[in-house]
Amino acid sequence: MSIPRHWREIPRRYRLEAGKCKKCKVINFPSRLVCPECGGKTFETVKLSGKGKLDTFTIIRVAPEGFGDEVPYAVGIIDLKDGVRLMAQITDCDPTTLKTGDKLVAKFRKVQEDGKNGIIKYGYKFVPDVGV
Amino acid sequence: MRDVAIVGVGLMKWGELWEKSIRDLCVEAALSCFEDAGNDKIDSIVVGTMASGLLTGQEHMANMVPDYLGKKHVPAMRVESACCSGSQAVRTAFMEVASGMSDCVLALGVEKMTDVSGNDATYALATASDQEFEAFHGVTFPGLYAMMARKHMEQYGTTREQLAEVSSKNHRNGSLNPHAQYPFPMTREQVMNSTLVADPLRLMDCSPITDGAAAVLLVPATDAKKYKKHGMVVISGVGHATDTIALCQRKDMLKMEAVTLAAKAALKMAGKTIKDVNFAEVHDCFTIAEIMIMEALGIVKPGQGGPATLKGLTALEGKFPVNPSGGLKSKGHPVGATGVAQICEAVYQLRGEAGKRQVKNAKVGLTQNMGGTGGTSVVHILEAK
Repeated sequence: MSIPRHWREIPRRYRLEAGKCKKCKVINFPSRLVCPECGGKTFETVKLSGKGKLDTFTIIRVAPEGFGDEVPYAVGIIDLKDGVRLMAQITDCDPTTLKTGDKLVAKFRKVQEDGKNGIIKYGYKFVPDVGV
Repeated sequence: MRDVAIVGVGLMKWGELWEKSIRDLCVEAALSCFEDAGNDKIDSIVVGTMASGLLTGQEHMANMVPDYLGKKHVPAMRVESACCSGSQAVRTAFMEVASGMSDCVLALGVEKMTDVSGNDATYALATASDQEFEAFHGVTFPGLYAMMARKHMEQYGTTREQLAEVSSKNHRNGSLNPHAQYPFPMTREQVMNSTLVADPLRLMDCSPITDGAAAVLLVPATDAKKYKKHGMVVISGVGHATDTIALCQRKDMLKMEAVTLAAKAALKMAGKTIKDVNFAEVHDCFTIAEIMIMEALGIVKPGQGGPATLKGLTALEGKFPVNPSGGLKSKGHPVGATGVAQICEAVYQLRGEAGKRQVKNAKVGLTQNMGGTGGTSVVHILEAK
């Protein structure tokens, strides 16, 4: 992956920045140029809370290249309090103990790396929200 | 718009075809189609392939195909909508004939998937998802469909056994199909005991990696009378719709809205309802997909796909046979070829040429092809005339 391709996503991957439509107030993550709800074209940058509930998930047993050392790992869809839904890995827990509805919180983690010499790509992963 | 008929279909036995290149696959399917039609004079070619570049290093298939088919100078184009590329080729060819631009168009679908490692094929397939917000996080296609499966099981009570029956039923049908990659039966127990890939989906819930091609020849219905070898089959309806590319962006991920909208448009164009349809070839890339498609097409109510499958509704001898060909699971899934091969199967069925897997009284057939997690879908209605 080229460095600019990762670099330009940093506001979303590192800081969970989203675009709140000035017209209909719906928050879009990732931010877009056109609001899918109302067609609005002006947005305010907002930071997502990073707190939400697990909507559905899977445990990846056969991983794509670069993720082989991590199996089995959980990937799920998280319903955030902000009304946003996103997909991420769920970590810091035994994936077989996860249940839909579990409370989760976003953390800054290493997601992948480009081989031995490439860049390390950080981003959000979710962990069980134990209130600390 | 002119009415459009299919006067030729061409398939080959699919599989891991080590001795054949992507150009061999295209030419073999096209020649078989010409032989079936008894005509090889074409005005135009539409090629559907999802990832010829990533999988074989060869783009510009719209140049390769006419050249190696001995049709130098014939105009050709390539269309792409991930695993829906094949039916996009048929739809584009349909529009070309219906509009009057061309009188005889070859629609060809192809994918050569075994020239790269399993990892590279997985990467190529994952490009159909949202690269930056799904694939980035290490999710695979089985993983995406597994999330739908878990939700379907929790929301509707769909069971592992019901999922397994989709695979088992399709293998039963595929065992009767000489073109199928895996033409053997598979019990529900075998499916349920196969290796976990992405919970709750197992290896035998997933369609395989396949090399293959398929071709169909389209002409105006008024010209079709000249083709006397087979019974006449027309495309009476075409529908196409899209949805969000990322699964998590859908308000209800269990509703495949692109499928519903594509089917609605195709049925309306044909002047039919789903009750008029005698059988369907659908995109069972994973077992859960067939269940959700049955619901999205309105064959059953939401949540009833699993129980209906277990009761035999969609079996070959059932009231509404689904995937008489064996589907993607047993027949194989060379992604760009799948949509065209579905049309081929519908034509065999409507001509009464489907041999041991013939659906009784097949007059109206539906094909449903889709890309990604259902972000693109194309539906065709075919009728015997």
